[in-house]
Amino acid sequence: MTHWVDICDKADLQADSGVCALVEDKHIAIFYLEQEQKLFAIDNYDPFGKISVLSRGLIGDIQGQVMVSSPLYKHHFNLSTGQCFEDDSVSLCTYDVRINGDRVELNLKGAS
Amino acid sequence: MMCALYEALAWLYLEFQVSKKDVLVVVGNGMVGQYFLSQCANSELHDRYEIVTFCEEPLFAYDRVHLSEYFTGKSAEELSLVEAGFFEENNMTVHLNDSVTSIDREYKTVRSRQGITVQYDTLVLATGSSAFIPPIAGHDRKDCIAYRTIADLDDMLAAAKTAKVGTVVGGGLLGLEASKALKELGLETHVVQFAPRLMAAQLDETGAALLKSKIEAIGVTVHTSKNTTEIVDGEQCQHKMLFADGEALETDLIIYSAGIRPRDELAMQCGLEIANRGGVVIDNHCQTSDENIYAIGECASWQNQVFGLVAPGYAMARTVIEHMSGNQSLPFTGADMSTKLKLNGVDVASIGDPHASTPGAIVYDYQNGREGIYKRLVVSEDNQYLLGAVLVGDADDYPTLSQYYLNGIALPSEPDSLILPSRSGEAIGLGPDALPMTAQICSCYDVSKGDICQSIDNGNTSLAALKADTEAGTGCGGCAALLKSVLDCELEKAGFEVNTDICEHFPYTRQDLYNIVMVEEIKTFNTLIHKHGQGRGCEICRQAVGSILASQWNEYVLKKEHLSLQDTNDTFLANMQKDGTYSVVPRMAGGEVTPDGLIVVGQVAKKYGLYTKVTGGQRVDMFGARLEQLPEIWRILIDAGFESGHAYGKSLRTVKSCVGSSWCRFGVDDSAGLAVELENRYKGLRAPHKIKFAVSGCTRECAEAQSKDIGIIAVEGGWNLYVCGNGGMKPRHGDLFATNLDKQTLIQYIDRILTFYIRTADRLQRTSVWMENMEGGLEYLRSVVIDDKLGIGAQLEQQMAVVIGHYQCEWKTTIEDEDKLKRFRTFVNSDKTDENVIFVEERGQVRPANEQEKAKLTLLETA
Ligand code: SRM
Ligand SMILES: Cc1cc2nc3c(=O)[nH]c(=O)nc-3n(C[C@H](O)[C@H](O)[C@H](O)COP(=O)(O)OP(=O)(O)OC[C@H]3O[C@@H](n4cnc5c(N)ncnc54)[C@H](O)[C@@H]3O)c2cc1C
Ligand code: SF4
Ligand code: FES
Repeated sequence: MTHWVDICDKADLQADSGVCALVEDKHIAIFYLEQEQKLFAIDNYDPFGKISVLSRGLIGDIQGQVMVSSPLYKHHFNLSTGQCFEDDSVSLCTYDVRINGDRVELNLKGAS
Repeated sequence: MMCALYEALAWLYLEFQVSKKDVLVVVGNGMVGQYFLSQCANSELHDRYEIVTFCEEPLFAYDRVHLSEYFTGKSAEELSLVEAGFFEENNMTVHLNDSVTSIDREYKTVRSRQGITVQYDTLVLATGSSAFIPPIAGHDRKDCIAYRTIADLDDMLAAAKTAKVGTVVGGGLLGLEASKALKELGLETHVVQFAPRLMAAQLDETGAALLKSKIEAIGVTVHTSKNTTEIVDGEQCQHKMLFADGEALETDLIIYSAGIRPRDELAMQCGLEIANRGGVVIDNHCQTSDENIYAIGECASWQNQVFGLVAPGYAMARTVIEHMSGNQSLPFTGADMSTKLKLNGVDVASIGDPHASTPGAIVYDYQNGREGIYKRLVVSEDNQYLLGAVLVGDADDYPTLSQYYLNGIALPSEPDSLILPSRSGEAIGLGPDALPMTAQICSCYDVSKGDICQSIDNGNTSLAALKADTEAGTGCGGCAALLKSVLDCELEKAGFEVNTDICEHFPYTRQDLYNIVMVEEIKTFNTLIHKHGQGRGCEICRQAVGSILASQWNEYVLKKEHLSLQDTNDTFLANMQKDGTYSVVPRMAGGEVTPDGLIVVGQVAKKYGLYTKVTGGQRVDMFGARLEQLPEIWRILIDAGFESGHAYGKSLRTVKSCVGSSWCRFGVDDSAGLAVELENRYKGLRAPHKIKFAVSGCTRECAEAQSKDIGIIAVEGGWNLYVCGNGGMKPRHGDLFATNLDKQTLIQYIDRILTFYIRTADRLQRTSVWMENMEGGLEYLRSVVIDDKLGIGAQLEQQMAVVIGHYQCEWKTTIEDEDKLKRFRTFVNSDKTDENVIFVEERGQVRPANEQEKAKLTLLETA
């Protein structure tokens, strides 16, 4: 079952960077790769630093896997799977996210 | 007499009854004596002997070779060769400030000035030498000083305070070095040389004449063929030196540096054999005429020769260690007296037989009048081997030539190709590969190419590891370049590919990327990665490229194309704290802030409930601002005239200052004014790492300038510039780069240094590490900046001008751009604040709550 939530305008996204959305009390980081026109959504909470900041990290890739590097202590998380590159036991939730017309939408139930 | 002996024996009995070990006494704790002790500590002798040493000077052994650096800021501690705790850790007894006054060879005892008597089984004399003082009338007048010890230098410094004219007696190596010191102390400087030319032992006539003209060009007057007959009262100055030719010279201060005299007085007192020209006679095992007594270093005479350099002394020390361990396999066989040095900024080198006194020797000369370069090769009759060489004005060929000389390597068929400028661009000279394994690379520590290769094989594949393992390059440093080329060559041969790529997205170093950006005029990360890289980048290359683009073009860092390149701190123009909030640091150039400015800072902090602290960088930091508060806070600050302090950037941080001459009773110049000017000049300059400056108004150094990347101290003659210092994880004192600069030259040098740093440093490399890794180090940097050796001086200045011209306060630009402000929302879709950010109060201000406090507070809330 899907449940798309309207988040913000497409223009609110930051090219090759992130923003944070508040969806049902959850902090969710949404990243936007402008050239590839790809979106990723992942928990904003950094489990190592215990603060809500991942949307403010730098993004890029490690061996082709798109990732964000936490601004606090530089742990890397795979944006597609939520897996932490440095610690196998840590994995964040990821969410489906899409652009619908001019709006950005997120599917909380599609959480993996 | 008997009584004294009895007392002494009783004392000895007490002192040594517990140990059945033999006693080894070392007289003299100079460079060679200390080296001998450190070698003992590393050998089995250390277990076999009870070791006692006498140190006449009030300081343990220090580096005499670099003595002159005492004038340019090196402290006695920095010159020390004895690590703290050395004697205690190795169970050695040292008598500081005490000298041996007599040796009794029959009872095998030594007696000291302070009345200590020690019985020895083996005695090592390492008493060095003293400066030769010509026995003329008046030689011991006030302010007539030898150039040998730190105490001498302290005397010179004291005398130089009132002196106007200084004269060095002696135009050899040390004399010229002393003249440099006088010049730097700001005295009118003369050199009086007995011989008809300077450095008579090492240079031929042409070389010496060129050296003389070069030295005179920098303002030292050289008087050759002058035989001083008497020193009397002067009319304008304290003294007047009278010469045999009837002329005279007035001077306030006289420095003797006319050769050395071995300290053989003890040996003479106890009847050891003394050489005709002075020095304790030793054989190939460094044994004196008494088999229980060795002599090493400058007090020893081997085959009627005294060696005035450290390397032969160290070789003697090694010989004695081997011999005492029962090996005869390391006899002392003489030493190479080749030298290379920079005298008053002039490169000079001499190898082997510079005077072509070997029968049949062939001489090749090269002279370049315009650039003031002279080179001479002395080659064997059959044109096969190098016998000697002289280099003045350009000594870059020294390492190659000395390897030809030392290792008897066959010369190329046209030997002069070694000294002729290679205008065709083809490389000549001797690759490290051509050296035999026996080639001595470091003469200070006798390290051969074979030793180095062995150490590399054992895994010491970095220069630092190699130095630590073999000691090569840690003495006079003269072999550093050669050492590095051997290392590089061996690594290459071993098929090591040293991966210097910045990350997986770019097969380049930061320097390469810088050059690409500059040459191809690339302005965005995307263009660069498409043309020269792969993938999407990562936090390493994005930040590095962001910094490069900012250094080169200085565009607004939050411009759309650059936004994703900024580190978290840069991207929100504030430093993230542990709880995800930010700090706010307005610039207070030079640490100056008006009362009105302070009031605004106070009002802002109060309004937003920020923790307020005076930082270590002389300004005020406000902590605990939420992302969404940053723009409002900055708007207030900017309206009050503040600018971004760039506390978040790898860029200029602060220029610390002291009050200087405007207020301080000791201030020599307006340090605060200069600090403000410099901070405003370089603010916003992006660099490989952060850059800190400080300016002090006098040598009391209240601004701690010597611990900064760029440090400036006001002195009577202008500004002294120190470079490449830092505090932090690995503190490093700055090096004195240039003295007595006027403001314009000072700024010109800083422009050049900083741009050169930005262009050539690695990512996240502070200036200290950058300089330490730079081949040629400080000297090289000087040659680029002061002598403009690469011919890029003007270009470097121009680039700085571009960067300065594009300065903008990033916070000002940001708050004026509605679109940019959107980013400073905690949530894109809500006005709520982050409930994870919780403060508690401490000492009247806020701080982030810790885990327990948070848990408690949340409980209370939900309860
Ligand atoms: C606030 C302050 C401490 C204070 O309460 O006084 C401070 C705070 C931080 N310092 Fe510092 N340093 C502060 C003065 C210093 C000084 C003293 C000085 O500048 O005279 C030093 C030693 C001098 C030096 O750098 O040579 C210093 C050496 C460091 C280092 C080690 C650098 C090194 O080369 O080893 C780091 C780590 C780094 O930069 O990689 C660092 C890093 C930091 C960071 C940025 C760490 C971080 O990433 O969170 C801190 C955050 C600052 C903030 O949030 O605003 N800080 N730090 C000082 C701010 C000065 C200013 O007004 O800008
Ligand atoms: C300014 C200067 C620059 C130099 N530059 C270079 C250079 O570039 N390259 C180079 O190779 N060499 C250079 N030298 C020479 C080098 O310093 C000496 O070769 C080296 O110091 C010799 O070491 P040493 O232990 O034999 O003598 P010293 O270092 O002189 O040590 C002898 C010590 O023994 C002490 N002593 C003497 N008699 C007694 C006693 N009876 N009891 C107790 N202690 C006693 C002395 O006080 C002294 O401390 C330079 C020397 C000077 C002064
Ligand atoms: S460094 Fe000198 S001028 Fe500056 S405050 Fe200290 S004593 Fe005064
Ligand atoms: S030759 Fe002096 S350190 Fe190597």
